[in-house]
Amino acid sequence: MTIRLMQGNEAVSWGAIAAGCKFYAGYPITPSTEIAEMLSRELPKVGGKFIQMEDEIASLAACIGASVGGLKSMTATSGPGFSLMQEHIGYAAMTEIPVVIVDVQRLGPSTGQPTSASQGDVMQSRWGTHGDHPMIVLSPVSVSQSFELAVRAFNYSEKYRTPVILLLDEVVGHMREKIDLPEFETVERVERIATDVPPEWYKPYGDSLSDVPPMANFGEGYRYHITGLFHDMLGYPTTRLDEIDPWIERVHRKIERNLADIVLVEEDLSESDKTVVVAYGASARSARHAVKLARQRRTKVGMVTLLTIWPFAEAEISRVARIAKRIIVPEMNLGQLALEVERVAGRNKVVRVNRANGEMVTPQMILEAIENR
Amino acid sequence: MPTQLEHTEYMYLRPTKKFPNVWCAGCGIGIVMGALIRAIDRIGLDKDEVALVSGIGCTGRMPVYMDFNTIHTTHGRALAFATGLKIAKPAMKVITIMGDGDAIAIGGNHFIHAARRNIGITAIVVNNAIYGMTGGQYSPTTPIGARASTAPYGNIEPPMPICELAKAAGATYVARSTVYHAVELDRFIEQAIRNNGFSMVEAVSYCPTTYGRMNKLGTTVDMMRLLKENSISQSAAEKLSPEEREAKIVRGVFHEVQKPEYTQLYEQLIQQVQGLSPK
Repeated sequence: MTIRLMQGNEAVSWGAIAAGCKFYAGYPITPSTEIAEMLSRELPKVGGKFIQMEDEIASLAACIGASVGGLKSMTATSGPGFSLMQEHIGYAAMTEIPVVIVDVQRLGPSTGQPTSASQGDVMQSRWGTHGDHPMIVLSPVSVSQSFELAVRAFNYSEKYRTPVILLLDEVVGHMREKIDLPEFETVERVERIATDVPPEWYKPYGDSLSDVPPMANFGEGYRYHITGLFHDMLGYPTTRLDEIDPWIERVHRKIERNLADIVLVEEDLSESDKTVVVAYGASARSARHAVKLARQRRTKVGMVTLLTIWPFAEAEISRVARIAKRIIVPEMNLGQLALEVERVAGRNKVVRVNRANGEMVTPQMILEAIENR
Repeated sequence: MPTQLEHTEYMYLRPTKKFPNVWCAGCGIGIVMGALIRAIDRIGLDKDEVALVSGIGCTGRMPVYMDFNTIHTTHGRALAFATGLKIAKPAMKVITIMGDGDAIAIGGNHFIHAARRNIGITAIVVNNAIYGMTGGQYSPTTPIGARASTAPYGNIEPPMPICELAKAAGATYVARSTVYHAVELDRFIEQAIRNNGFSMVEAVSYCPTTYGRMNKLGTTVDMMRLLKENSISQSAAEKLSPEEREAKIVRGVFHEVQKPEYTQLYEQLIQQVQGLSPK
């Protein structure tokens, strides 16, 4: 362990290296650029490769291409670039190619306000690309969690053959904090499931017990086809309903069956808490402070921090809703994840605390909501 | 009668992929596919070390039929995907297959930057001067005056000279032929694959279904004859006035130079950074 002082963006970069990232393609954009700068310096040291592409569309395309070639790949961007990347987030979901996309959110829409903080991309990270698809989105609260969740993003991505989005906000991305950096060799790394059948038997999109088909990298003797069209088990385009339906069911099932592994939640609750704050990212930092202040004033209040925001922590929030009378959801947007909390807990229980002007939701705003019964 | 196995092409088609293909009867794209296979066969490449990367459109459907590592990507982005793949697998022969709209309109940015980097990718652009799959809209290579479903009164936009663009952007091998001149096309594609750097071959084709009908160019055979009569070699073109040349399809190798290849430069960079070789 080495104790260091660093930014969330730096921690994400070290997390990527620790997870075995060997390829980064990106396009400069504030407030994510530190990740590109750091990886352009660090990747060659570990035999990895960095390229600055002509735009964000190309950046994610290059990452997917490199992943097909067997390298763990990542890109990082912010709102405007994230909008451009939606095309290939869908492609990676459709073709089940592991890749990690970091979005350090800034105030939008459009060019918005660089570099003011925001949590405005929560719904876009889930539904930004067209069509039905599962999505894993992780959102760290601290610098050390930025490291941990970057590692997890790679591990989920390889384990489930899916794109994973690491959703930071500008506050966490640029904030400097103490971090205990572990020895990278001790960090758990998950590798994609390789196939062990002879090439003529290999089905790149075949059935498997885990619903995650083994993935052969290009150039390893398994010559197969990859397409963004709906495809059969061999990867060839299909229009057959009996091939489209099983595909869409399987890719959703591979995530839904593993919610216990994927949905990360931190709970600071007691059975008698009638008021609970549910928060994520930088807003969870304000929320924790507000909860601490409220408890000092002997107000009973619980706190749930969502580290995985998609898939939504439905089971956990529904358990909270059975006890709590009020659920307070602070967000640096006009209420995005609050919609999900309302869906699960019911609209009359949810109190939204919103700010979408580039400034953080303050502990005072949340404290007022807690005490304003 | 020759048996299937006597044709080189059959040895490279996928046994598991159901034919027929998606192309209209008389389409020129299949000729480019044949030329590509013959070029690969002549070089003697192992199927495992070849990757075909395509975009969207009629031409984008080509790789699925061939027994290599094949990836059908998104519209215009084949070169960006290919860039990542080539960096991950520098020893692999990465070949992108794009149409004119794919490579030059939506993919124009990726086209010029892949050329600028001189990354070891072979780009084959099948230029039929139209968006065929969507029903004959004008493309960035449609000639002025030609009719298209979105240019019902005739196209007023000047066409993009693809070879000049590739050369100006930094490609190290640039050639053009047509699907009528299949033997020449074989040879240019072979030279392009052998080049250590970014190569671009423009294969001029035609679309009898949309462009041909809308411009009253007759049958497939008539359109093929037009390619024959309208195209000339580079040496013959030099004897013409600029105005006369403008009306012709000039065939030949327009540019061939040696420059450092991107993935090799990056390998050197890694060696330097790791202190394994002097700066």
